[in-house]
Amino acid sequence: MPVEPGSHRFRDAASSALKDPGLRANFRRAMDGLISKRAAQFADPVEWRDLKRLGSAIRARSLARLPELLERLEGRCLGNGIQVRWAETTEDANRIVLEILRSHGATRVVKGKSMVSEEMHLNEFLEEHGVESLESDLGEYIIQLDGETPSHIIMPAIHKNRQQIARLLGEKIRGARYTEDIDELTGIARRVLRKKFFEADAGISGVNFAVAETGTLCLVENEGNGRMSTHVPPVHIALMGLEKVVENLEDVPPLYSLLTRSATGQSITTYFNMITRPRTEAEKDGPLAVYLVILDNGRSRIFEDPELAATLRCIRCGACMNHCPVYTRVGGHAYESTYPGPIGKILAPQTDGVGARHDLVEASSLCGACGEVCPVGIPIPELIVRLRQEAAQPEPGSTVRGAGTGGSRGESLAWRLWAKSHRHPVLYRLLGLTATRLRRFIPGRLPVLAAWTSARSTPRPAARTLHELAKSAGVADE
Amino acid sequence: MSDGARARILERLAAARPKSPAISDFAVVARKQWAAEARYPRLRFLMEAVHSEFLEATEAGWPLAIREFLAEEGLSTLLYGPGTAAAGRLEAAWAAGTRPSLVAYDRPIESEDLKRRLFEDIDAGFTTTRGGIADTGGLILWPTPDEPRLLSLVPPVHIALLDSRSIHNTFWEAMRVEGWASGMPPNALLISGPSKTADIEQTLAYGVHGPKRLLVVAILPES
Repeated sequence: MPVEPGSHRFRDAASSALKDPGLRANFRRAMDGLISKRAAQFADPVEWRDLKRLGSAIRARSLARLPELLERLEGRCLGNGIQVRWAETTEDANRIVLEILRSHGATRVVKGKSMVSEEMHLNEFLEEHGVESLESDLGEYIIQLDGETPSHIIMPAIHKNRQQIARLLGEKIRGARYTEDIDELTGIARRVLRKKFFEADAGISGVNFAVAETGTLCLVENEGNGRMSTHVPPVHIALMGLEKVVENLEDVPPLYSLLTRSATGQSITTYFNMITRPRTEAEKDGPLAVYLVILDNGRSRIFEDPELAATLRCIRCGACMNHCPVYTRVGGHAYESTYPGPIGKILAPQTDGVGARHDLVEASSLCGACGEVCPVGIPIPELIVRLRQEAAQPEPGSTVRGAGTGGSRGESLAWRLWAKSHRHPVLYRLLGLTATRLRRFIPGRLPVLAAWTSARSTPRPAARTLHELAKSAGVADE
Repeated sequence: MSDGARARILERLAAARPKSPAISDFAVVARKQWAAEARYPRLRFLMEAVHSEFLEATEAGWPLAIREFLAEEGLSTLLYGPGTAAAGRLEAAWAAGTRPSLVAYDRPIESEDLKRRLFEDIDAGFTTTRGGIADTGGLILWPTPDEPRLLSLVPPVHIALLDSRSIHNTFWEAMRVEGWASGMPPNALLISGPSKTADIEQTLAYGVHGPKRLLVVAILPES
């Protein structure tokens, strides 16, 4: 199968990123810090093992009952006065959000952090339709000012250093002077955004966990912008991927603990915000209307495959990217995907097609760090391998999008030869003899090895095959 | 559009055959226990580590302690929610003199210029708490009609009253012992410190959107 256009996107973007020492330094520093903070949180290996086991079980149970739990969540929300909308695609979700805003005459929106809204490219959509949509998480605010997308799902502006941020705020915010003092930079954003919270007609947020048992939407944050966005404006719209539902309220504390400790090495965040109803009649504040938009965007398709469905356990902590040797070196933008790093490597190829994003499933050394640190036990390396296989040669009855469209002719030919040689002893021995006896004649710049040998010495077979060595050592040939 | 989407999404999900999950064993959470007298010191230690401030007082003395704190810190307005028992105690402590001024959050946010005052004029907001969490540090707040949601969010200083005997071992224990699942309030919160961010070079900065300071007024048993 021919390689589809776009399959080298990651390789090209990674090459440019690798040549940017500033960018690499920003990521290296940040990832090292996050790795050590997380390690301190899980210093007790028995607790880590048991908590990871519990988190995995809770998420697996939530997925095993997904359709039932979504219906229960919807029923509870409706009973609590939260209106529920369903969207199959990001286009549908954008339209739903716009309709809600228009029905309330809302033209100024403040947003809390939401990766689903990044999937939707919601800000651009709303701006095109005459709605001001302002990110209020400090990192998101910074990158929105610079017209960028997040490079990390927890710390969206981690690719920038303070000098870059100082220049940006100095240029873009009226009355702001250039300062590299982080408290002052934060103060500048606070002044601008508090005015926006005050004026906003509606607030938009994500959802970290949605509880089917009680119809409660849980939001995890440190800044208070999430609470500002969900409690100050008269309308609150919460956006969630359909996998975010959990069965019971008591499922939340272990997941919350795993999330904050894995993400930023905090035992608890500043705020944990549990929203169950809009403002009741007797209350004096809080939104008068709350909406929950449940987005599919390819998730129900991922769910069809029992193995790949584990992708949907993800609680978006970002630990996999913090520990990924590839991510640390190239940063988040090189992935050209809403979710970068290892989780993006298994998510984007499933939503966009394994052929179209074959570059991402290949962008792994399979070191296994991501699978080890994943707090909900997603076997990311195994799923990467599975998607590589799906890209080259789909399993019978495969439901993976674009299955069979990602392999290259050379790769396919090489594997066919390999398989054949292992089925035919004579051919196998002949290849072995050729490789060993002619080893001095292997050129350093074979086209298939060019990329490998540009930075490494040419692999050179041993003088004698393992079979020969074993035979001469007197090992019986059975 | 939404109804059709709902049916199609649920249909696709129902057609899948997900793997059956392992049993959820909560023992790892349940075994986190501290002696009753160890919980408050632990909570205080953990919350101070994230810049919460503490003022310890007796049951009889806390309203005056708050008043003195406000005066010492030069905070001239305290917003509170009238109607609770604690609010009554505050009002009584303010009977002798009006400074710093005690402002009642007694009407909807949209009334007159309350919202503007809340954002621009109020120096501190007072709330009670439902309890605390020893495991991680943190306060449990259930805003009510008497104690609106924004009291603990918009003013630059949040003053939270905590009974040091109402601290649970864990968040999980708190919700189970108190039966939250059978009656969640419109909004429930955990708060562990003042608002903060590490979005610039992973360097902590406090007071980004919410309160810049969190003062926990802890009521200790008289002994």
